Amino acid sequence: MPITVRIPTYLASFAGDRNTLAIDGSPGTVSEVLSALWNNHPGLRDRIVDEQGAVRQHINIFVGDEAIRFADGLSTKVTADAEVLIVPAVSGG
Amino acid sequence: MPKVKHVSAKDCYVIVLVGTMKGAFVLRSNKARKKWDVGGPYSIGAPVYAMAFDQRQGRRRLWWAQQSFQWGTVLCSSDDYGKTVTEPTTYSVKFPVESQLTLKNIWQITPGRNDDPDTLYCGVEPAALFESHDAGKTWSPVEGLLNHPHRPKWQPGGGGLCLHTIVPDATNPKRMMIAISTAGAYRTDDGGATWQARNNGVRAEFMPDKYPEFGQCVHKVVQHSDRPERLFLQNHWGLYRSDDSGNSWKDIANGVPSDFGFCMAAHPHDPETVYIVPIESDQYRCTPEGKLRVYRTKNAGASWEPLTRGLPQKNAMETVLRDALATDTCDSAGVYFGTRSGKVYGSSDGGNSWKPIIEGLPAVVCVKAAWVGDDGTDSPRRRGGAEKKKAGKSKTIKSKAAGRSAPAKRKTASHARAAR
Repeated sequence: MPITVRIPTYLASFAGDRNTLAIDGSPGTVSEVLSALWNNHPGLRDRIVDEQGAVRQHINIFVGDEAIRFADGLSTKVTADAEVLIVPAVSGG
Repeated sequence: MPKVKHVSAKDCYVIVLVGTMKGAFVLRSNKARKKWDVGGPYSIGAPVYAMAFDQRQGRRRLWWAQQSFQWGTVLCSSDDYGKTVTEPTTYSVKFPVESQLTLKNIWQITPGRNDDPDTLYCGVEPAALFESHDAGKTWSPVEGLLNHPHRPKWQPGGGGLCLHTIVPDATNPKRMMIAISTAGAYRTDDGGATWQARNNGVRAEFMPDKYPEFGQCVHKVVQHSDRPERLFLQNHWGLYRSDDSGNSWKDIANGVPSDFGFCMAAHPHDPETVYIVPIESDQYRCTPEGKLRVYRTKNAGASWEPLTRGLPQKNAMETVLRDALATDTCDSAGVYFGTRSGKVYGSSDGGNSWKPIIEGLPAVVCVKAAWVGDDGTDSPRRRGGAEKKKAGKSKTIKSKAAGRSAPAKRKTASHARAAR
């Protein structure tokens, strides 16, 4: 069963104008899900993580309802039927 | 979201690029510069600290840096004045992993010398210089500055540790001056391999040693192509001139209400004439006495005169930031500046009189101006033999996908979704 990744509208334009993406295979961590995501949609990488591979400060990634920032970060486990949400934080000015 | 309007500029028109904290605008007028049309906003909602216009080799290419709290900073371009925007699929300006640095913002975009038409430079935060030798398709950091031994001691100023000023020498292709807040001015004489601090005589008011080798908060450096050994410098406290390419600096704050300020611009034709907008103190950071005054020297800093005609002289608590003052290259020089309160003023007579071009913009952080034409100037004196080529015969060069920076061309309508 593919893992579902939901992305915001701005990023959809770098993923074939789709907000919901399916990752086939069985990635076990958020890091592996993101790697699979970059392979399919290279335009997403620089917008979600910085040059050092860290998730940008004002982006939140959830596995189900759990923010990875408060779990194990990019090492947070992802189960086969999980939904991963990538959400811009409430920030700006 | 605001409706995006587009303007295009025929040759012999003047454009003024305005970067704001909520997007980029393109102002256009004919040579008279009395009536202006406004294009934009582009990169709606995004701080745009850097813009540039590259018209070498017949291009008519806008560059700007789109910053986002969420998605990072990306260098965008357009060959049709913003109607079609090229935002790279993968970011073209980024630090190598081994540097352990991450890009925060792009503060300056500078086309290289005219005889090196595919070279461009970017100044970024954290302080570094990037260069492109393929007309902006791919970029790499200048290693000599990236690995400079002074780097661990550079301190961020109020805006961050930014490389904000890039001055490719007008005659020596190996020479360039850059300025960093807060590190000071640095010069290379070997094409970027090595860089030497060039702050001799420049005051660092906020340091125990007021005249250190480096650590000054230089806000802007300008050069005139007719006299490249002469440079002018607006410091965080201090106004200076160098007559030896930056080896030494002399205080020229003669008759200004404050020697604090951010911006500085050179006259396009007269190497003795420079413009500044003094600001009262580094605490208040507004125009002194509530008067919005541009100051002009016509004798290389021996004296300065206030230019006030058409500018508010009451209750004008304005701030003009370091990249928000520019000149065009018309025979009768245009001078333009933007304020943090969102006003853009222009003069078509070298600063003698001013008119508001537009008000109500978001805070202005960047102003660039250009006369549109193959040689970038309408002055017969400066055009020389190029005059016969005449603008209008050139063709616009379209961006092409290349390497890891393959750009995705998108219409502005969809681009506008990059709202913050």
